[in-house]
Formats: sequence, structure tokens, C-alpha cells
Amino acid sequence: MARGRASYSQKRERAKEPDSASVSPRPTSGISRFRTIALSRLGPVAFLLFLCLFFQYETGTFLTLRNLSNVLRQTSVNTIIAVGMTMVIITGGIDLSVGAILALAGVLSTAVIMTGFPPAFPFPPDVAIKPQWPLVVSAPFAAGVAALTGAICGVHNAIPIVKLRVPPFIATLAMFSVARGAAYIYVGGGQVGNLPIAFTRAVGEGALMPCVAIASVILGHVILTSTRFGRAIYAIGGNENAAHLSGIDVGRVKFWVYVISGTLAGIAGLLLAGRIGAGDPKSGMTYELNAIAAVVLGGTSLMGGVGSVAGTLLGAIVIGCLEAGLSLMGVQWFVQMVVKGYVILMAVVVDQVKKRR
Amino acid sequence: MTAVASTALKPILEMRGITKTYPGVTALDNVDFAVLPGEVHALVGENGAGKSTLMKILAGADTKDSGRVLIDGSEVHIDTPQEAMRLGISIIYQEFNLVPYMNAAENIFLGREPMSSIPGVIDFGKMRAEAERVISELGVPVDVRVPVSRLSVAQQQMVEIAKATSRSARIIAMDEPSATLTEHELANLFALIRRLKADGVSIIYISHRLEEIFEIADRVTVLRDGKLVATKHVWETDRDDVIRMMVGRELTEKIPKVPAKLGEVALEVRGLTSGGSLQGKTGEGRRGIRNVSFAVRRGEVLGIAGLVGAGRTEVARAIFGADPIDSGEILLDGKRVTIRSPKDAIRLGIGLVTEDRKALGLVLGMALRENVTLAKLGPLSRLGFISRRREREVASRFVEELMIKTPSIEQAVQNLSGGNQQKVVLAKWLYTQSKVLIFDEPTRGIDVGAKTEIYQLMNRLAQHGVAIIMISSELPEILGMSDRILVMHEGEIAGELSPEEATQEKIMSLATGGR
Repeated sequence: MARGRASYSQKRERAKEPDSASVSPRPTSGISRFRTIALSRLGPVAFLLFLCLFFQYETGTFLTLRNLSNVLRQTSVNTIIAVGMTMVIITGGIDLSVGAILALAGVLSTAVIMTGFPPAFPFPPDVAIKPQWPLVVSAPFAAGVAALTGAICGVHNAIPIVKLRVPPFIATLAMFSVARGAAYIYVGGGQVGNLPIAFTRAVGEGALMPCVAIASVILGHVILTSTRFGRAIYAIGGNENAAHLSGIDVGRVKFWVYVISGTLAGIAGLLLAGRIGAGDPKSGMTYELNAIAAVVLGGTSLMGGVGSVAGTLLGAIVIGCLEAGLSLMGVQWFVQMVVKGYVILMAVVVDQVKKRR
Repeated sequence: MTAVASTALKPILEMRGITKTYPGVTALDNVDFAVLPGEVHALVGENGAGKSTLMKILAGADTKDSGRVLIDGSEVHIDTPQEAMRLGISIIYQEFNLVPYMNAAENIFLGREPMSSIPGVIDFGKMRAEAERVISELGVPVDVRVPVSRLSVAQQQMVEIAKATSRSARIIAMDEPSATLTEHELANLFALIRRLKADGVSIIYISHRLEEIFEIADRVTVLRDGKLVATKHVWETDRDDVIRMMVGRELTEKIPKVPAKLGEVALEVRGLTSGGSLQGKTGEGRRGIRNVSFAVRRGEVLGIAGLVGAGRTEVARAIFGADPIDSGEILLDGKRVTIRSPKDAIRLGIGLVTEDRKALGLVLGMALRENVTLAKLGPLSRLGFISRRREREVASRFVEELMIKTPSIEQAVQNLSGGNQQKVVLAKWLYTQSKVLIFDEPTRGIDVGAKTEIYQLMNRLAQHGVAIIMISSELPEILGMSDRILVMHEGEIAGELSPEEATQEKIMSLATGGR
């Protein structure tokens, strides 16, 4: 960038010369592009380092393998849904329903683990219920149901947005209520408990959650930076009219963006249920706000057209470290909320000030 | 300058040695600029010459690096738009600063509404009466009670001017005020400027249309590459001289038409009717079209003239699939085709260079490279993955071919000048290799040099057998470039003229509903 700018004044001197020479080289591989984006967010990286050192100094145990792997798992759910949220926000939209989708997919998919496929309806209130199918068989079905539930909710979000031009805020606000309500209806006010230990251990202790999170990040990054679909996402957020007049099927792109966001939320729902040990309709409350916070901390503009998954990952890690570190210090959760709010505000203010210069 | 000093009048505004640099670019370099009371002072220069920057500094919208600004001979510091207003400076930008849902009265008194005796409550009756008084002083009919979004562009401009005069502005700068006006509206504007001038108001008039300057201005200041070239009385100079000063070289603004060999009919439309229910931002500017029929041949440039709002853009949008068609048919190479979306149109080989490149043509925040390839990523990608290497090759090729001035193909197009932005739009449609290319106001708001390049490009395209439809409000352009001219009036084709028989008078007569 600095190099391109510097050559500009010289360029104006030679005015009419063809300037192919000025075309500056840019990193080509996906990894170096990832690095470029990360470097452009040096502020947050520095802040993250500061946070880690501060918490280490305060607690003495923050930078232990045990704690960090715990942080990583805690961050995973937010990272997964924030990847979908990044895509939605880059198109200029918003998805307020991810937390509720997470809960609905969580109860439905854990129900599959307990009662097999298709899951019993409504879920039996009997607490002493034992899994009907062996976990090896039911787990893939559960994963499928989680993803499908999320995808269907995503379609449900997308149809009014695309066909009826309902603002995304409203359409997903409706799903925010509908999906959580549906989750309560299904379990009759209770929850899906007594999940097999093998399942909760696999999700809660193994590397599964971080792996899924990393896979979503890589997938999201590749889609946004290297595919026509990704290019269309940026174009729509940058100028929807121009994108339409350039032959981009705006409706179709938006449709898939909400479906992806819903699907990722669904998958995250099963993982969260495994981690907390139950399919709970109360789970995932305010997760949409955490996801939006990660996206915004990552430098994605709520106006659309600008943003990256790499930035979002960074944002999610900052939030995760902040929560874990404060907990480790024994700071009460309500105090944490205040701190988190100001960190988000500060990050965006710093970004704005930088932009103005 | 000596002529100025000899007059007894002292300048109302003086800007001395103004310098402004943006990272890597010197936008203004030690520029002197002075305006006398009651003077119409034209400010001209190619895009990127520094006119807008100078006006932004005057308006308090941007800060200068060095230099002094004097009002009535004493130095002032204009740090905010509010301060500029307090000093009696009003700027009317090309994009108006109006709240579309509010009416003219509310817009004129925005932020300083007359209050009734109850604290905090606006006296609407008084506000309306005041607004009507201000508007009637301007001598133009504008209903102050309807939302400004329902007024025509010319009427909105009047509201802007009323806003300025109601604040008793002594210096009014107008940035390209004529760009979207019809001949008649322009005459009204000029009459109004003369009245303001008689009241002692100074006008800074920025325009690309040089003929206007010789009609309305007293003096003209020419900027080039951020430097002052000269300030002259209009009687000291002429059109060719001003152009010479602007571009720093001899340049005839003559349109370099090269007739191409005409081939088969490429596009034909029959009885095209659309948009009974179009809602557009410009209110009266947008109407439907009725029973439009014409044909364009390969290698032909078909000019479409008409007043703003005659339905020319709507014809383009209907053909391109951007607006739904109510009835009529479109034939490509003699075959009937169905076009439901721009995507269909692009696939069939139709391109549309839109009238408003910022709102409709470009994704401003995206890189030049991404804008060039946006309409045709297919050949650059496999399984949905874009090959950056080939994309860069394409973008670099067009930067070179069209001589787009940019530091890099990765530059966001919002940082390019108007002419270069337009070239990026053209590159996009050249890359799609359209067989039929519709240009809607292709040279609006771009400098003389870039204009000529665009004409030459159209010639080259025609020679390669592309059928071109050129919608334009600039009659010299229509007369100079077209092989055939259609004139539209109120959504219908009012007549067809050959370039031999066409004159500005004949076109205007058809466009205004005459015979």
C-alpha cells in the first residue's frame, strides 16, 4: 500500500505514460493473504498479546497448556457462528437468530443421540431415559440433524429477506424468537439430559471443537477470498445495485449466506450441547451478540462490503481470552459484561480514528 | 491580475497560497483565488485539478496545510462547515444535501426552525410562509409542502439555493450545477444567477461545460494539477484558450467520429413498454416508456437524445433486464430473446454503461481489478475458484489499453478520478465482449481529455462490429458521434434524424414535443 501511494505522485508527473509498471505485486497464496489481513490488524494482535501477558501476570496460570486449550474450546462455538455472521454482515445484512438456532439444533440433535433417528416427538419427559442407539451410529445422524435444522432455519430467514424484501434485522429477529420457542416446545420446558459420557467427553475434552472451528475459519476464508461466491458477497455489500447490474444474482447469494450462517449455528449447537452436557433450550442466549462483537472487533464493517474471516477469528480469540482471563482472576460475570462492552466500544473507536487519518 | 487590481472593488473572498497534500498527492500547490462582490467567477480544470479540494477548504469540510483565507480583507479560519455558513459561504454540491422525506420548507430551515411561543415547538406556519417568501424571491415555482424527493432535480437545486439565500449567503459556490438540468431549466438557473448577482451575491461556478462559462461568468480561473494556471476576464479569453490552459496542450474538442462499416441488425426492440409503476429517487425524473421500437446494426452508433426524464434511461434498463417489461419484444440477431435480469442480458452479450457510475456502475470500495472482472468471472475461475493471476492479467491489460491512471490495479476505485472511474466501468464491459453496448451519458462529469479517449474507444468498438446505443444529453456529442439519432419525448420516440439533417434546434424541437 505504502509503495503504491509513493509512486502515485511520480505517476502524475508523467501523466500520459501507460503505467503497467506501477502494478504492484501482491501475495498470491491463500496463506500469505491470511497473513496480510492479520498484519493489517496489528492493533488487535498487540492488544491480544497484552491481554495474555496481563492475565499471566495476574493469575500465574493463564499461559498454561491446560488453560489455553480450555480457552480454545470456549472460543470455538463463538468462532464457528461468527464465521457465518461475517459473511452475512459483509453482504450488509445481520443474523440475530444464531443463538436461538443453536439452542433448537442442540435439543433436536441431542434428542437423536438419546432416541435415535427420527427423534421422538415430543421429547419424553422421563429423566431416566437411556440412549436407544449406540453412539457410533447416532452421532452422525445427530450431526446431520444439527446441520439440517440450522440450514432450514437459514432458509426460513432467507425467504422473507430475498423474496419479500423484509429487512434482515426483522426477519432474523423473528427467527430469534421462533427457534428458541420451538426448542422449548420440543422439550416441554425441560431439557435433553443424561447424554452419554463418551459424547460429552469427546466434545468437551478432545480437539473436536477447535478442529470444527478451524475448519469453518479456513472454509470461510477460502470462500470469501478465492471464490466467485465470495466476490459476489463483497460486491453486494459494497454496492448492491452495481452488483445486480453486473449480472450477479443478488437474491441467490443472499439466500446461501443465510443458509450458511444457520447451518454453522446448527453445528455449533450440537457441540455446545456436548460441552455443557445437555440439549438445553436456554443455551446460546446472547451468542448472536458475541458473534457480532467478534466480527466487529475483526474489522468488518456493519455497513457491508468490507471484512475478513481472519479478522473475525482474531476478534473471537480476543473475546475468549478476555472472558477466560477475567474468570480466572475471579472477576464476577456481571463485571465481565461491563469490561467486555467497553473493550468492544474501544476497539471500534480506535478503528474509526485510524480510518479518519 | 492587473486588471483586477485596477478596479476599485475589493475582493470579498481571497484565498492566498493555499496548499493541500493528501498522502502521496499534492492536491493544491500554492493556489491564489479571489472573488469580487457580485461577480460570477468560473472555476475550471480537468478532473483532479483541485477544484473540489479548493471548495472543500472554503466550505470548512477539509483543512488546508498552508495558506490564508481572507473575507473582506481580514483573515478567517474556516474549520467547520458551520463557520463557513456564519461567514456567508454556501456550497451547493453536485449531490444535494437535502433530507428527501422532508419538504422544501423543512429543508430550508433545517437546524434553525422558527419557534412558536411554546418552547421547543416549531412554528410550522411561520416556517412555511418564510420558505415561500424565499422561494418566490428566487422567482421559481416550487411547492414548499411536498417532500423534496418528489421534486425534480432542478427544483431540488432551487431548494438548495433557497437554503443558501435564506441564510443571506454572500458567496455561493455551485459544483456542476448544470450536469442534470435540461436546456430550459438551465436558462432558469442562469436567470436566477443574474438576479443573485444584481443583489451583490458572488457566485463561484464550477462546470465542465465551457459554453456556459462564456454565457454566465465574468472571470474564469483555470487550475491544472493542483496549480493555478491563470485568472482571466472572459472577454480576454476564448473557449480554445481555456481548453488550452486546462490541458496544457492544443486540443480540439472536436469529436473524432470515424464511421464504421454497418453490418446486420444486432438488436431490435418492438413495442417496448415498461414501468407503469416505477418508483425512482428523482421523483418526476422517472417515468415509464411506451411502444418504443428501433433497431441497431453492427458497427452503428445509435444516439438517443431527449430531455432528462424522457425515458431514455428506462429504455436502456428495460433492454438490460433491470426493469421488468410490460409488453413488447427484444430480438438479438433476429431471434426473439427473453431477458428477465441483467444476468440474462450479459449472457446474451448486452452491456450497460450506467448513467450514474458511483451508484450503479462501480463497487467503490473494491479494487480496480475486482471491478473490471465483476461482470464476467466465469472464464477466470474453475469450480467457482477465481484465478487471481489471470484476473490480474486482465486488469493490467485494460489499465494499459485504456490508459487508466492508477497507482495499482489493487487501488480501490473510490480513490480514482471521475474519468478514470468511467474507464474502469468501460473496461468491465469491454471485458465481457458485449455485442450490444448501451452507453448512458458516457461522458458526464469527466474531463475533456478523457472524453476524447471515450469517443475514440467507441469508434474502435464500432469498427469491431459492436452495436452501440448512446444516450446523451450533450447535443454536440449526439451530433458528432451518432450514425442515426432517435429523439425521445415523454416515454415515446418522437422522431428519428440522420446526422446530415440533424441540428441542435431540430433535436430540441422534437425533444420538447414539437414537430
